[in-house]
Amino acid sequence: MPVLQLKNITKRFGSLTANDSIDLSLARGEVLALLGENGAGKTTLMNILFGHYRADEGSIEIDGTPLLPGSTEAAISAGIGMVHQHFTLADNLTVLENITLGTEPLWSWRQNSKAARQKLTQMSNEFGLVVNPDAEVADLSVGERQRVEILKALYRDARVLILDEPTAVLTPQEAYDLFETLRSLTAKGLAIIFISHKLHEILAISNRVAVLRRGAIVGEVKTGNADKSLLAEMMVGEKVTRPTPRSIKHGKAVLKLENVSTKGAATSSNLQSINLTINAHEIVGIAGVSGNGQAELADLLSGLCQHESGSIELLGENLKSISARDMLSRGVGRIPEDRHKSGVVGDMQIWENLISEDLRSKTTSKFGIILDKSKAKKRAEDLIEKYDIRCKGPLAETKLLSGGNIQKLILARALSPNPSFILANQPVRGLDEGAIAYVQTQLLEARDRGVGILLISEDLDELMALSDKIAVMYHGKLSPIFTNGSKTIAEIGLMMAGQESLPEGTLQTAAVEMGGTHAN
Amino acid sequence: MMDLLEIILSTGFWAATIRIVSPLIFGTLGELICERAGVLNLGIEGIMTIGAMAGWMWVYQGGDLWGGVIFAATVGGIFGFLHAIFTVHLGLSQHVTGIGITLFGSSLSYFVYRMLLPSATTPPKIVPFQTYKIPYLSDLPVIGEAVFSQTPLTYLALLFVPIVWYMLQRTPVGLAVRMAGENPVAVEAQGINVLAVRTGAVVVGSALMAIGGAFITMSAFDAFFFGMINGRGWICVALVIFASWRPGKAFLGAMLFAGLEAFQVRAQQITGASIIPYQFYLMLPYILSIVAMVFMARKAKYPHALLVPFRRGERV
Amino acid sequence: MQIEPRANVSVARAAFAPISAVLATMAICSILIVWAGAPVLEAWASMVKGAVGSRFALTETLTRSIPLMFTGLAIAVAFKSKFYNIGAEGQLYCGALAVTYFGTGMITLPPMLMVPFLMLVGAVAGGLILIVPVLLKTHLKVDEVVTTLLLNFVILLFVSFLIEGPWKDPMAMGWPQAASIIDEGVIPAMLAKGRLHYGFVFAIIAAILVWAFMRFTVWGYEIKAVGLNASAAAFSGISINTTIIRTAMISGGLAGLAGVSEVAGLKGYLTLDLSPGFGYTGIAVAMLAQLHPLAIIPAALFLSGIYVGSDAMSRAVNIPTYIADVIVGMSVLAILVSVMLSKYKIKWGK
Repeated sequence: MPVLQLKNITKRFGSLTANDSIDLSLARGEVLALLGENGAGKTTLMNILFGHYRADEGSIEIDGTPLLPGSTEAAISAGIGMVHQHFTLADNLTVLENITLGTEPLWSWRQNSKAARQKLTQMSNEFGLVVNPDAEVADLSVGERQRVEILKALYRDARVLILDEPTAVLTPQEAYDLFETLRSLTAKGLAIIFISHKLHEILAISNRVAVLRRGAIVGEVKTGNADKSLLAEMMVGEKVTRPTPRSIKHGKAVLKLENVSTKGAATSSNLQSINLTINAHEIVGIAGVSGNGQAELADLLSGLCQHESGSIELLGENLKSISARDMLSRGVGRIPEDRHKSGVVGDMQIWENLISEDLRSKTTSKFGIILDKSKAKKRAEDLIEKYDIRCKGPLAETKLLSGGNIQKLILARALSPNPSFILANQPVRGLDEGAIAYVQTQLLEARDRGVGILLISEDLDELMALSDKIAVMYHGKLSPIFTNGSKTIAEIGLMMAGQESLPEGTLQTAAVEMGGTHAN
Repeated sequence: MMDLLEIILSTGFWAATIRIVSPLIFGTLGELICERAGVLNLGIEGIMTIGAMAGWMWVYQGGDLWGGVIFAATVGGIFGFLHAIFTVHLGLSQHVTGIGITLFGSSLSYFVYRMLLPSATTPPKIVPFQTYKIPYLSDLPVIGEAVFSQTPLTYLALLFVPIVWYMLQRTPVGLAVRMAGENPVAVEAQGINVLAVRTGAVVVGSALMAIGGAFITMSAFDAFFFGMINGRGWICVALVIFASWRPGKAFLGAMLFAGLEAFQVRAQQITGASIIPYQFYLMLPYILSIVAMVFMARKAKYPHALLVPFRRGERV
Repeated sequence: MQIEPRANVSVARAAFAPISAVLATMAICSILIVWAGAPVLEAWASMVKGAVGSRFALTETLTRSIPLMFTGLAIAVAFKSKFYNIGAEGQLYCGALAVTYFGTGMITLPPMLMVPFLMLVGAVAGGLILIVPVLLKTHLKVDEVVTTLLLNFVILLFVSFLIEGPWKDPMAMGWPQAASIIDEGVIPAMLAKGRLHYGFVFAIIAAILVWAFMRFTVWGYEIKAVGLNASAAAFSGISINTTIIRTAMISGGLAGLAGVSEVAGLKGYLTLDLSPGFGYTGIAVAMLAQLHPLAIIPAALFLSGIYVGSDAMSRAVNIPTYIADVIVGMSVLAILVSVMLSKYKIKWGK
């Protein structure tokens, strides 16, 4: 009998059907991969399973017993454990506190920390998930935090473990360690649902793959019978080809960073003596696990923070102090990491967001004081057409746009003043394939026109597909720049973990398993 | 100079400090509980006013003193529940809701007071809590008279400091409250209802604030005046920041504050100090609160999810 | 319970929000009236009559709305940028202090210049006092709600010190009040009878100016952007600190004008009971107007009518005048809910 059975699960949000009569089953010791694009309904399905949402139709059974819908508590006590993509840990509390929350009756006079510590230590040893129970979560590395998340589920005797995009924040080697852990867990009978859109990972870890598209299961295959291209086609439906870069032209340097540091203190995300040159006609990719200084580098080049030492040269001019307005006036186009949070003001209209970086020029205002709405609206209409922003017009509320169209709006704003340098921070994260292809095409076209582009991404595949050169960030330091193609994924992965060279033995096998030679 | 030193060494000064600190302890601990759960409660000024009126009125209408305290706490808790409905369940602005609760709560207190006592020109009085000397302890030199010869409500206030600390730091429900203020998603993911935890914290915190208000009409004075809370609630909000959200530090901050207040009252009476108009002495607590916030604001370890509403199934 | 945003909020629905809030407030306050043993309809009727029932009542309502428009505008502008200025009461008194300082004989100009001059210094004083809280917020991240609130008490004590001490008018027979504004500085009356003065016109002009400022200028755009999404505004090159400081100055200035109009237009001199909480009522005005500058006008008129009418209601059916304050406090809460319901719908179940 399957340990978990989903029957005919349907969930609607208004007119959108997020899950459309989904049937799934899971056996003991099995790893089921749930594959789908962003927005395909994976997370909604798991939120239903974990009791965050209640399904409109359908039922869930665990070991043949129906699960009370809409109750996280019931899901946990039935043996479902979930490791969310964004960790659900409180930074200021200890590991033990994070794990024991909710395991004791709320109304008891004291916490039984001693027994809890014992149980935790024993589990840590049994599964090889070592963490210090008294450490504050804020002091843990990303990999350790994930271990705490898994321990949290195991502590509550999970029999089904759901992992939502677990490798998004890990280096390839950390991901390999995670896979080892998962294998030892399945060997003990645990069933695992592994959510991802990374094909090579799914091929490496799962026994079976279920593919979700627009809320419905469009296919299920045994992993042994699948390969990348098959899965990709099932996931996307129609074939969308991402653009590929062509020959490299050599251009003059547009941006030059020499020994640039921020803040001085040596926390792992402050920049430490960065050297980086970006030439016209090229895309330089920055690889690295998030939290290693990419955000600081992006903030610096967006003009949101200052460097403490070193020099920044933009188009041959040395920048002393930096502001966002200054960077914009010097011809820097920027695409922010979080398009909803810092890209647009959702409650403003589209025309307003399109002029937000250019409020005081002749094309948007009179004397830089009074907004010229008719001119600004005209400009917005042109940009909406040119960049194919699907909307009701310049007066529509920006928050009503889809993620892809918001990104097109930001692209339009960044590209229309003809920048000589573009900072693109995670430009396609969370977009569907069509929008990804559009954004990447725009960036490549800008490159061909002679723009220098800095592309920051956590997705190595994306970097290797688009970049002319790559550098790796680790603990605020930047590796020397190398030409794309001169290093394997495995080598880059090691650099992401802070190792300079490839050691002998296991890690090498790990690297090969994680993707080895790159398809492109 | 010697005079000033004499003040600090006098028993009367310390007794007054302990008296002044009592309502501040209730208010500060109440606000602290709310904020540790992630909810800023600016209704405090109004809730303290309600507590002051409700407790007093209960006794004036013939109820007994402890009944008045419980009544004040209940009414305070109800207003806390209102605040929780708005901020926790509906996710409305905590700032504006709090101000609204304060405006509504204080005006309602005055309305009800006038309603029940339409013709009172001089505020009527009740028999308030009397000093209760704790046997043996009150015989100790200096602290005997300063600390152990107070009213029962003061003892209750002092008792609440370790109780709140213990509840927050050592019990499962305290852990849930702290976690709700740090990362509500984590609480939800462990199968605990965040909204319930936050609501509970706001209700309990508000009940404490109301007892702080009741202290003023039932222990420090014996009558209810208009505007008698006089910004004490806001001072408590500042003290919570000053205390970095720790009950122990909140107590120390409140003591420092009450000590200065007791000191200024006495310093005013010393000849030579009276050149300074009394208004400037009265300004001190408010200015000190601002100064205290300035000193601590940058170092403070905010509860991460303070002011952040939580909606189920929503990823931050 | 799930809260879902509505796809589009029609103008009618947005306009209905404050109306439904007012109706809900009146319904709940009717319970208080019933409890007081008074006939509900008669009570409300006496309030309406007391507010607009006679020429005198009407001019009183209009007069009382003047400071409420200024403080309401002050708060609306500040809240638009999410700068929670709760110190309009103190800023009002600062404006009053400045008017008293300059307007009681220190400077004499012809009336055509004197009144604008006093308005200018009053506005500047109201803005300046906000410098401390706003800089503490922008540079040290000290919460402005608590600092502006606490400053209200400090300023009131300072006013008390001045009018009981150095500024005390020896001609006032012992009452603690400052000297009267010179004739050139008095804002002229609008009608032969009643207390209504040209401050009313100034307040309406102020509302229109603020509306135009918010809607048509770059600075207005920046204030809105910072309030709606500060990190996106910063990313676009808008300086958050500069914008918030600028907003605070405008907000404090508007609140200062309330003090000017009360001293130079209504009372003629500064006392400690100059404002019965106009600064706090301004929050209710701003919220009822949903922070829209033009909507401030009807919102201020409405609440002013409540205050003026509550006196009549109190006399007619013997209900404490505090009912007006209850309505104000309640309406802040009611408008929060009704605006939310106009933008979101609540679905029960998960």
